[in-house]
Amino acid sequence: MQQQMTGARMVVQALKDQGVEVVFGYPGGAVLPIYDEIFQQNDIRHILVRHEQGAVHMAEGYARSTGKPGVVLVTSGPGATNAVTGLTDALMDSIPLVVLTGQVPTFMIGTDGFQEADTVGITRPCTKHNWLVKDTDRLAETLHQAFHIAKAGRPGPVLIDIPKDVQFATGTYAGPKQARLSHYQPQVKGDIDAITRLVELIEQAERPVFYTGGGVINSGPGASQLLCELADATGFPVTSTLMGLGAYPASGKGWLGMLGMHGLYEANLAMHGCDLMINLGARFDDRITGRIADFSPRSIKAHVDIDPSSINKVVRVDLPIVGDIGHVLEDLLKVWKARGRKVNREGLAKWWSQIEQWKLKNCLAYKGSTTTIKPQYALERLEALTSGHDRYVTTEVGQHQMWAAQFLRFEAPNRWMTSGGLGTMGYGLPASIGVQIAHPEALVINVAGEASWLMNMQEMGTAIQFRAPVKQFILNNERLGMVRQWQQLLHGGRYSQSWSESLPDFVKLAEAFGCKGIRCSDPALLDDAIAEMLDHDGPVIFDCLVEKHENCYPMIPSGKAHNDMLMGDAGVEGAIQAGGAVLV
Amino acid sequence: MSALNIKQGSTSHSAYELRDPHAETVETHTLAVMVDNEAGVLARVIGLFSGRGYNIDSLTVAEVDHKGHRSRITVVTRGTPGVIEQIKAQLGRLVPVHEVHDLTVEGPAVERELALFKVAGTGEKRVEALRLADIFRANVVDSTLESFVFEITGTVEKIDAFADLMRPLGLIDVARTGVAALARGI
Ligand SMILES: Cc1ncc(C[n+]2csc(CCOP(=O)(O)OP(=O)(O)O)c2C)c(N)n1
Ligand SMILES: [Mg+2]
Repeated sequence: MQQQMTGARMVVQALKDQGVEVVFGYPGGAVLPIYDEIFQQNDIRHILVRHEQGAVHMAEGYARSTGKPGVVLVTSGPGATNAVTGLTDALMDSIPLVVLTGQVPTFMIGTDGFQEADTVGITRPCTKHNWLVKDTDRLAETLHQAFHIAKAGRPGPVLIDIPKDVQFATGTYAGPKQARLSHYQPQVKGDIDAITRLVELIEQAERPVFYTGGGVINSGPGASQLLCELADATGFPVTSTLMGLGAYPASGKGWLGMLGMHGLYEANLAMHGCDLMINLGARFDDRITGRIADFSPRSIKAHVDIDPSSINKVVRVDLPIVGDIGHVLEDLLKVWKARGRKVNREGLAKWWSQIEQWKLKNCLAYKGSTTTIKPQYALERLEALTSGHDRYVTTEVGQHQMWAAQFLRFEAPNRWMTSGGLGTMGYGLPASIGVQIAHPEALVINVAGEASWLMNMQEMGTAIQFRAPVKQFILNNERLGMVRQWQQLLHGGRYSQSWSESLPDFVKLAEAFGCKGIRCSDPALLDDAIAEMLDHDGPVIFDCLVEKHENCYPMIPSGKAHNDMLMGDAGVEGAIQAGGAVLV
Repeated sequence: MSALNIKQGSTSHSAYELRDPHAETVETHTLAVMVDNEAGVLARVIGLFSGRGYNIDSLTVAEVDHKGHRSRITVVTRGTPGVIEQIKAQLGRLVPVHEVHDLTVEGPAVERELALFKVAGTGEKRVEALRLADIFRANVVDSTLESFVFEITGTVEKIDAFADLMRPLGLIDVARTGVAALARGI
């Protein structure tokens, strides 16, 4: 299919040919020709956001919950710069996005024209790749390549900067099939000798653990299925990073819970004490490893990752396998089965009895209350009342995020959307809208902190305009809780600027936006209030007033080892030493 | 004790900070990076080095295949073996990068740099400069009654040595191209 058309029409045509159904965007002078084309068609739905950062997070929520790339359209200058936080967030968490920005006409580039910014320069370090298209004849091919690169290998955000004259000019459009194939074709099959070596290790290991990450989810639902099959058939325990929750079901018999800084005691100790660590699509992030020198000191480490640069970046591993998790797991299972499905039963039995001992610690235990709502209790009730639903959860960033990861249980991939690598406050509300747009019938809940939620609260307008019945479940401690916790543990209880004074009345705010507001401060009324939220057919802002000075435990303080966790009942003041205080 | 039949001691230190400056010695490597000659590709490579805190000792870039739109970037960099591996992996995942060759480890390679030296002086010093240039096979590409511009090609070490000799003889300006390198043989 080769046709003459304007650049603006090409954009819409390419999106259609790529199977795009939704675009999250915000218009402005430099993208008006594209908006004109959007007006004249009905195949692609445009979601008008309230701030470009919101558009990018919505696209992230859409992408993470569907496995398809999210698409964003914004104008030049401030439109593009407002997208930068979302781009960085998507790059850190490997979320496929295609972001289109308008640019001043080519003949004005470099003149400091109105709303000119060096968008490709600014976004070069926060995209997987980006392009400035100066010729309408190159536009179609660039658009198709952009989708390929966003999805291929380790996914990520890409950006195309399109000057206004390129949008107006006429050129030749070619469909995705005609587009020149990019040389960018990351290796998906793992080296079979290395896989066989891993099988040998699996057959002998006494104290194995699967350490799984977002890569399993990015590899597609098939990879999660293979992980379950392998973990259940071998009887090996499974822990996951924040980004990987749901790849292995929380009800699975091997499930240890999340690991890392606020991970479960049994998960962290299993990592510390294992003799075989099988890292599947995780990247030894500092929130996971704690002090590197003491990280799992006696284990043999295997690492499967599609990105060769993730291997040996932070922790040197013994057995690297570059490849797509799904492909590698498939081969791994084949080889393991062909060799007789062997595991070290005796060793494993001892290992599990050790793990059961650790579980007895009941590390998530907290002191209950009949007068105030404990944030943990709120999440336990939310879990109990929503686990039967077709449920998707997003979060903001802070204590509530960690409690949500600890107390909510995920049975399937793509159901948990959170800002892991960048830790972006303001992610959750727009992300929840993006998820809801992709899954109109599902229950979508954003577990939020009041401070994070305010960062992008303007997007409630988007939720209402597009009838996205997202539930904003705000654990309101009137504090920048996570900051306050660190100040308590590290800075002598000097709570410098971590108190959210002058908070809005969230119920009135809901009314002002035109949605339902619910407030609850009494644990006895909480279940009914949650039920009311779930019953309401439309967006809800739920102001859940919780204990203000609750801390999130377990906690591995920065600079400590996995077996050096702070627990809820410990005397914790001054628990972090000067060396740890310099770390973030 | 583990039943895993991996050599004793081979894994007990498998987890350590690669960037610990005391853990390993710093090496100098010459990398040849084949890239698409497209806008911004050099900025991408340089941005990678600055963004991740890697060193660049020298960098050259030019189109080497006009029809194929291919450029060759030669980077001389320093780091521990772990960091060098990271640099190669990070370069390799840039979209316009086709190949990354580590000429320092992939077998013998030739490395050359071209430099221009302006040396001003009269009398004995001027004669001495000319004499040394001859020994170094440097060409005179410009001369006035008070100055020469020498052109010299060679290894980085040779050019450094020539610069050291010219300094007391009136060296006033230097332009160096950075290293170009190719593997030997076919
Ligand atoms: C954009 C941004 N700014 C600052 C931070 C640092 N930060 C991390 S958690 C946090 C407090 C979050 O408060 P809230 O949303 O109320 O959550 P809580 O910890 O109270 O549950 C802050 C300021 C961040 N992660 N993101
Ligand atoms: Mg708070």
